[in-house]
Amino acid sequence: MGWLSLLASLPSNEAVRTAVLVGGIAAATSSAVGVFAVIRGQSFAGHALADLAATGGSGAFLLGVNQFWGFVAVAVGAAGFMEAAGVERRRGRDVATGIVQGAGLGLAALFLYLAAQTTTRTGATFTVLFGSMFTIDPSGIPPLLGAGSVALSTILVLSRVLLLSALSPELATVRGVPVRAVSISYLIVLAMSVALSAVAIGAVLSTALLVGPAATALRVARGPIQAMAAAVAIAVGATWLGIVLAYVSYAWPPLGHGWPVSFFVVTLVVLPYALTHMFRRPRPRALSTAQSSASVPQP
Amino acid sequence: MAGAFTPAEELVRLDQVSVRLDGREVLRSVSLVIGPGEFIGLIGPNGAGKTTIIRAILGLVPISRGSLVIEGGTRRRRDRSFGYVPQKLVIDPDAPLRVRDVVSLGLDGHRLGFPLPSRARRELIRETLASVGADRYADARIGELSGGEQQRVLIAHALIARPRLLLLDEPLANLDLRSEQSVVSLLARLVREQRISVLISAHDMNPLVPVMDRIVYVAGGRAASGRAEEVVRSDVLTELYGHHVDVIRVHDRILVVASPGVEEHTTTQPAELSVIGRAGA
Repeated sequence: MGWLSLLASLPSNEAVRTAVLVGGIAAATSSAVGVFAVIRGQSFAGHALADLAATGGSGAFLLGVNQFWGFVAVAVGAAGFMEAAGVERRRGRDVATGIVQGAGLGLAALFLYLAAQTTTRTGATFTVLFGSMFTIDPSGIPPLLGAGSVALSTILVLSRVLLLSALSPELATVRGVPVRAVSISYLIVLAMSVALSAVAIGAVLSTALLVGPAATALRVARGPIQAMAAAVAIAVGATWLGIVLAYVSYAWPPLGHGWPVSFFVVTLVVLPYALTHMFRRPRPRALSTAQSSASVPQP
Repeated sequence: MAGAFTPAEELVRLDQVSVRLDGREVLRSVSLVIGPGEFIGLIGPNGAGKTTIIRAILGLVPISRGSLVIEGGTRRRRDRSFGYVPQKLVIDPDAPLRVRDVVSLGLDGHRLGFPLPSRARRELIRETLASVGADRYADARIGELSGGEQQRVLIAHALIARPRLLLLDEPLANLDLRSEQSVVSLLARLVREQRISVLISAHDMNPLVPVMDRIVYVAGGRAASGRAEEVVRSDVLTELYGHHVDVIRVHDRILVVASPGVEEHTTTQPAELSVIGRAGA
């Protein structure tokens, strides 16, 4: 079968429809949340949560539970722990997170090994770590859509207080913003979006949807709303195009073995970022020095 | 200092306020009144307690003794009538936050949901930026601006909520001389034209001397306030520091100098005391 006829059969394929739905919501949520992760300097936290989600996903697989719940439980739990441990203490944070991350991945290795010994399903390791949008069970779609909508609407509702507390936590406190509660809510939303992306493109790669589109958006858009819109467009576009390419790749060598969809998605996320670096936007540095002299108010 | 305003007019009254942080008394019996339209300089060496006074007024630190009355006791929330300008921002230069977004957050950054874009809102932001001389860089990212430009934007952020009192924490630190002068004259103009009160902390009083109505001199957690010529005197500051200091005037600049060989006191650091009114940074 040639790739053109494959392309023609794409809209009627059940697995593709599921992938488009789940991938779309995961991409939109992660990228919108990711813009704030970058603004708040928490992309590192997102990366740590992604690694720990692998532990949850493999544990869930071993127990025979839907992996999404494993991703969510461990990521949200870890987010709560990170907040309790004091995210503001930067120096201790890196070391502590590094150790917890290592321990988490060690456990994931154990869970995946045990699962491989006791079940007949192969490819579990690959699915947990690198995702497989085409093998998502349609019965699992409603909780994924639910989690995505909750995370996305929380981000939209909190957007202003998130920006204000990123600008200066003290300014936000003075204006009556409960900064701690906002910070905890954000970490939970971050954990949920990491779990969603883990389902779509795998636990290890989920940071790609979180940070990649956001990083590109920060280079092309100047305002916060524009940056969020750009990040969502890049992420959803990359995910959907990735699905199409992965589907069509069944016609590529090695024949009959499609390329992993996560590979295409991550590549399509990284590509625009690389492009923005090639065509670098000049920083209006000169503006500062040239205009400050003109803007001295007359006493 | 007391008696110039009726209690109803007073924006802030601190009576014998003490603050303990981590078991250490960082403010001891500080009294201070801020009336409408006053330009007050909060002067003293680093670590003297200037920031703690500002934070106590804003309700960011609890007071352990004394009383703090906001607007004659008529108000309990200070979020709208007090504007705060923090010392500096630690925001990523790449953060997608333009100057106009920062000022917009001053209007309703504490609210949930999205602001609806409107012509009135855009116009208000433009006017506020123009009033601090920052309208030229409305579309620049906040992280791309120099320290002086960021201070102007933060002042606009505070002003757009129409506060009665502006509290600024060391806004002149790390500014070059020209930016320093332009920020001071901007603040003086706001006090004159809009009847806003200003409480500004600084370790160097000299740029503020021409515009201050009153000075609150802080050393070792204690404060003396009054007109500059009443407070910046060898006898008053010697009493405040707890050891002898000289006040020297050279070329229109005031220097506060610790005498050599002075017995070291635990509450002050002689190294920082030796010359407080340094020229420049």
